[in-house]
Amino acid sequence: MSKIQNAFQNGKAFIGFLTAGDPNLQKTEEYILAMEEAGADLIEIGIPFSDPIAEGQVIQDANIRSLSVGTTTDKVFDMVVSVRKKTQIPLVFLTYLNPVFKYGYEQFFEKCREVGIDGIIIPDMPYEEKGELLPIAKANDVDVISMIAPTSEDRIRRIAGEATGFIYVVSSMGVTGMRSEIKTDLEGILETIREASATPAAIGFGINTPEQAAKYGAMADGVIVGSAIVKLIEKYGENAKEPLMQYVKSMKNAVISQ
Amino acid sequence: MAKGRYGIHGGQYIPETLMNEIIHLEEAYEHYKKDPEFNAHLNKLLAEYAGRPSLLYYAEKMTKDLGGAKIYFKREDLNHTGSHKINNVLGQVLLAKYMGKTRVIAETGAGQHGVATATAAALLDMECEIFMGKEDTIRQALNVYRMELLGAKVHPVTSGTMTLKDAVNEAMREWTSRVNDTLYVLGSVMGPHPFPMIVRDFQSVISKEAKAQILEKEGKLPTAVMACVGGGSNSMGMFYEFINDPEVQLIGCEAAGHGIHTDKHAATIAKGTLGVFHGMKSYFCQDEYGQIAPVYSISAGLDYPGIGPEHAYLHDTGRAQYVPVTDAEAVDAFEYIARTEGIICAIESAHAVAHLRKIAPTMSKDDIIICCLSGRGDKDVAAIARYKGVDLHE
Repeated sequence: MSKIQNAFQNGKAFIGFLTAGDPNLQKTEEYILAMEEAGADLIEIGIPFSDPIAEGQVIQDANIRSLSVGTTTDKVFDMVVSVRKKTQIPLVFLTYLNPVFKYGYEQFFEKCREVGIDGIIIPDMPYEEKGELLPIAKANDVDVISMIAPTSEDRIRRIAGEATGFIYVVSSMGVTGMRSEIKTDLEGILETIREASATPAAIGFGINTPEQAAKYGAMADGVIVGSAIVKLIEKYGENAKEPLMQYVKSMKNAVISQ
Repeated sequence: MAKGRYGIHGGQYIPETLMNEIIHLEEAYEHYKKDPEFNAHLNKLLAEYAGRPSLLYYAEKMTKDLGGAKIYFKREDLNHTGSHKINNVLGQVLLAKYMGKTRVIAETGAGQHGVATATAAALLDMECEIFMGKEDTIRQALNVYRMELLGAKVHPVTSGTMTLKDAVNEAMREWTSRVNDTLYVLGSVMGPHPFPMIVRDFQSVISKEAKAQILEKEGKLPTAVMACVGGGSNSMGMFYEFINDPEVQLIGCEAAGHGIHTDKHAATIAKGTLGVFHGMKSYFCQDEYGQIAPVYSISAGLDYPGIGPEHAYLHDTGRAQYVPVTDAEAVDAFEYIARTEGIICAIESAHAVAHLRKIAPTMSKDDIIICCLSGRGDKDVAAIARYKGVDLHE
């Protein structure tokens, strides 16, 4: 069984995202451990990319802040080595295909295995294109997380049927970012996913309040929160540990109340 | 070759949210490109609205002055809206209309594609929003005003380098938020499949006409055809009908800015490496970790860090040759063709003219070169004046 599934063993999962190197990699390590302590079940670590086309303003800005302090893929790997000495929480990378391609698929996924990365989310790599890296990722025990969107329709079964790790259900049209309202028929999508797959499904994009976490936690196996966390890091910089822990606790409590 | 692939290049590297829409677009395109009503409608617009066929002009004075090959210009600058962009835009906006869309969005660099899209949208009653890097809205302020005059909403893009690549990012982000009523009218032979194919097909009218025109005028094929290359739409249009004529050299001229030995250039073939960005596998200017590099050119239309996947393939196979041309060479050519032929061409097109000046004298009088003048230069006059240190107020 994939280690990622540990995140879903104790009821509903809370998945937190942060951009590696924002405000710096020492702080990223501290914030990952803080989020775990506050109850996060899985952490998504963003490897910064110059042109993140699936991100809204908040995460775009975090990518720029991180790159401007000199964060590189190798330095992110080094940070994960250090994190892994302190925790066994499932860790997945979120990045765009070009940094992975340019690093070399073989080298990248071997390095993932070596440092203890359990999965990867690549928003600009749809089902049709995953063949070029999937066998390499698999050989290194890295789950390639599949995304399902409000527009996926007839594609849901095919994508879910081959999904491993967890399924990332995109709540809304558009890019990442906090939303006050989500209108997609998520229950319908989740029903179709469950008919096709036993892989846990978590909902992300737009979730930022405990009320939303409770609502979507009730529907799915977990919720994913990115922009709201990154916004706290943007606001508090190197002093974000306490506010982050408070926020993650409130979100985790809302998720497991279901 | 696999569908949507040009050798190893191309593909569909886009968010899942767009996948069904892009599959739908391909199906609609395959259907309408065979539909007599759609084609009659498009051909009527090209002939009666855009002014096609464009002239194939024999540049007698330049031919004499350079003293080598016979020089012809394919005059895309004479099209309505002043560039080749209208060929693709009429096709895509009409396709959007037949697909039942009511809104089009587009990116623009120099503003030519934005103006063309806004024009077609006005004519075909579509809502239109254009994404343009803030840097470019300053360099090409008149084109911003033109687009607004045509009823389009222009969004200045303030992310990243605030130029063409960022405008593409933002247009893609906008498209993921609204696909039902909206088509993203991509301006070049780039992006995810089927865009490189659709844009190539609509632009291939350039070489279809040029081939017939040169055979009529000269009774033989040209020695070389050439054009400037940013994303590569006018060059792909200029090359396409000649790809299977191996005796015809295909030459693309990319923007070398301050020179390819500096870090201020946009010369993707000369300096780029294989990558995956903006929906396609191709060559990109990027660093060792795959971060897309800031690029530079005096020409906003060539200021792009990638190149269309079919060009990347023509480069790999050696079928086409790509050469870098600096800002200084382009400005020199801009002035030269104005004085010699009385044509003020776009600074983008001037990159091709600059290389033409280098190769024509090395060829014989029996050789023929067709150079695509992709656009007219009115939009560039103020910027070139500033470049030359002229204190000019519009």
